[in-house]
Amino acid sequence: MTWQSETQHIAHNIRRRVLEHTINNNGGYLSQACSSAETLAVLYTKVMKLNPSDAPMIPPPFTGVPSKANPRYTGAAYNGAHTPDADRFFLSAVHYALPLYSTLIETKRMSPDGLAQFNRDGSTVEMIGAEHSPGLEVTGGSLGQTISQAGGIALARKLKNESGRAFVFMSDGEYQSGQTWEAIQALAFYKLDNVIIYVDVNGQQCDGKMTEVMNIEPLRARLESFGACVAQVDGHDLDALAASAAIAHDDQPLVILAYTDPAKGMPILNSRKPKLHYVRFKDEAEKKLFAEFLKTM
Amino acid sequence: MEILTRVHAKNFVEWAKDKPEVIVLSADLTSSTEIDLFRDTYPKRFFSMGMAEQNMMGFAGGLTREGFVPCIHTFAVFIYRRAYDQICDSIAYPNLRVRFFGFLPGVTTPGGATHQAIEDLSIMRSLPNMTVVECGDATDVESVLDAIHDVDGPVYVRMLRGEIPRLFAKEEKMQINHARVLSQGDDVTLISTGICTEEAMRTTKVLRERGVSIQHLHVTTLKPFSDPLVLESLIKAKRGVITMENHTVLGGVGTATAEMMAENGIGKRLIRIGLQDTFIHGASKPYLMREYGLDAIALVEQVEKLIGAKLNISENDLAAVRLDAVHSEAKAEAL
Repeated sequence: MTWQSETQHIAHNIRRRVLEHTINNNGGYLSQACSSAETLAVLYTKVMKLNPSDAPMIPPPFTGVPSKANPRYTGAAYNGAHTPDADRFFLSAVHYALPLYSTLIETKRMSPDGLAQFNRDGSTVEMIGAEHSPGLEVTGGSLGQTISQAGGIALARKLKNESGRAFVFMSDGEYQSGQTWEAIQALAFYKLDNVIIYVDVNGQQCDGKMTEVMNIEPLRARLESFGACVAQVDGHDLDALAASAAIAHDDQPLVILAYTDPAKGMPILNSRKPKLHYVRFKDEAEKKLFAEFLKTM
Repeated sequence: MEILTRVHAKNFVEWAKDKPEVIVLSADLTSSTEIDLFRDTYPKRFFSMGMAEQNMMGFAGGLTREGFVPCIHTFAVFIYRRAYDQICDSIAYPNLRVRFFGFLPGVTTPGGATHQAIEDLSIMRSLPNMTVVECGDATDVESVLDAIHDVDGPVYVRMLRGEIPRLFAKEEKMQINHARVLSQGDDVTLISTGICTEEAMRTTKVLRERGVSIQHLHVTTLKPFSDPLVLESLIKAKRGVITMENHTVLGGVGTATAEMMAENGIGKRLIRIGLQDTFIHGASKPYLMREYGLDAIALVEQVEKLIGAKLNISENDLAAVRLDAVHSEAKAEAL
């Protein structure tokens, strides 16, 4: 079996698992799984150098918010030990938590039973993930904050002569935010070529189509003018997604714009356009249609 | 009274000498926050982040997670007003050891409303995990670095620059959550913070001469605010309590004192000297202190109100007061 067929299989299972979860819970971030499945699958199976998971297959209950009396802990252990040569993963668009948890399951870093705790009281498997959630290392629910935190970690690792890189998964909506551009500016200024950013450019945000909410294009030209090395790919093309990470980008952060279809692999979702941010079924009939579709996957 | 210059600039360089994990992040106000000497002495530990405070907070959080101790230097307003969301999520929530040095508190700058930090203590005090301290003289500035160094979590320091008086003996260093007792008495308890303490010391000297018995504390730690010395002083005040701060009376030492009094059932009058829920504008420090009632004569007026008697103290009486660096009387009374 080629790596491509294996990774495609994982991408397919991410979509299937998120759809199944959305049906069972009558709601979920479904289009995000459709647009990001290949990117997450490629990152975890082909691109990132991660150690095996150090975390329990079933996430233990939440032990409380960090304080002086309660030392902080993160869900980064699901991405493996922090050795100097290991890469780190940062999910910036944390409403993609459900696709990420599914990715951890499909890559055998978390048990399928772990997902039963999703959005349950007292669990770390939160709907909008925070740093204690499986696979997460920082708290980025206020979008645009993760890239700066990953930048600080990447700068620190350069100072410590560590070779591992920081992979940041962002949504395109975050490019409306000023902090994102401050961060790109700083990554370029400090020549942090150990930062590689994948952006899911699915053209969708909470209010609907991004071109009608606030335009960010031409994104590639804007990023290049800020000093980033930029690749633009079909976000469902496994070879292109994988090859982009190897593009030479000495002294520059690398940004890979993965243009995606928010209904990819699930054409039934097209009926809900332009509102795709969070799918909650209108009635039993619609839910049944999606359940029928799930059987075909 | 001894006046010192560039206290923080020299002190920080010396203090950081054997602490390679200590780094500085600056937002284009390097000389203005007296961290230029550090930049020139340890260029590899200095990071210019530009006028981009939101990103700077995220970088600080990330650097801390990897073992560094970032010390953020800029004007206070640009810390808590421009980047509050980032301070909250990227630093305070995970309880990271970032140190914020916020300059230009309240009336200390003629820079106007955009530069005058008048509600910083209120905002930072309400943020979980944050420790909040304020410097009032050169001894505070010299010793605050050691005082906060072991705090496991973020610390906001309301800082002074330029010419600073030495009000407290050099060897009596600032301690977290431990007030300095500047005079003892039981008619009125006065709790002052920051630059208001110098003004208050002028007044208390004259008040004592006029027979008013005053318990005067200088408080540096706004959070935690649980010093038993403060509680004892509130209990012993026969006529009432006055707080005095270069800050809005909503959320600073006046509020913290009111909370402590209420929670301990201390049913006495409390007068809060400070900015009465108002912005201020660009003008000199003496002018603003007079205009907004934060100076020595303003304190006289409030003491008169509290004790119900005129004291016939003039501005000239206060101006004639000569201040010497004092030793805290905390030990003497063994509170």
